[in-house]
Amino acid sequence: MAKNEIKYLTAIKQEKPKKKFCRFKKYGIKYIDYKDIDFLKKFINEQGKMLPRRLSGNSLKYQRKVSDAIKKARQMALLPYVTDLLK
Amino acid sequence: MNNYELMVIFTPVLSEEDFKSAQKKYKDFIAEHSGSVVNSNPWGLKSLAYPIQKKTTGIYWVLEYTATADFNEKLKIQLLRDENVLRHMITKLDKYAVEYNAKKRSGVTTGTEKVEA
Repeated sequence: MAKNEIKYLTAIKQEKPKKKFCRFKKYGIKYIDYKDIDFLKKFINEQGKMLPRRLSGNSLKYQRKVSDAIKKARQMALLPYVTDLLK
Repeated sequence: MNNYELMVIFTPVLSEEDFKSAQKKYKDFIAEHSGSVVNSNPWGLKSLAYPIQKKTTGIYWVLEYTATADFNEKLKIQLLRDENVLRHMITKLDKYAVEYNAKKRSGVTTGTEKVEA
């Protein structure tokens, strides 16, 4: 018995990961506007990099649309390419 | 006749009436080539996310219009020739985009607000 192994009386309740869903299918959003920055900010992290699908939970079709919109916003200087913005 | 959306960044040093005359110039250019302007939305002076040509602010202008397919090439030449345009982007709008813009203009919520992170 390793000394440092801690024994708990009750098993630690392992926090079930929130079931991810594609918000575009659920809320029926069809078009992602590249000008709507604060909506796009949900899909980039602090450095301004795009979140992968496994984190954003998007389906493939809408993840591509989100990435196109983010790239357009970056091109038009609405979103920075790289930054340490404290969003 | 397809739907397009043009976004233009002008140099911040542009005065108000120059900005207006530039808008008018492009609108007339579109009307002259049998296109039609759906909606013009000047955002005005905004700070850029990163400096373009050593400038950190720019005057944004969004224009939604319908035009024939070969018109955009002429528009691009005009925009490239105009030196107080920092950057421009023409995007083609599909039917969802047109509906989205119409809804946004009429104030109906477009569903992106209630979407939590």
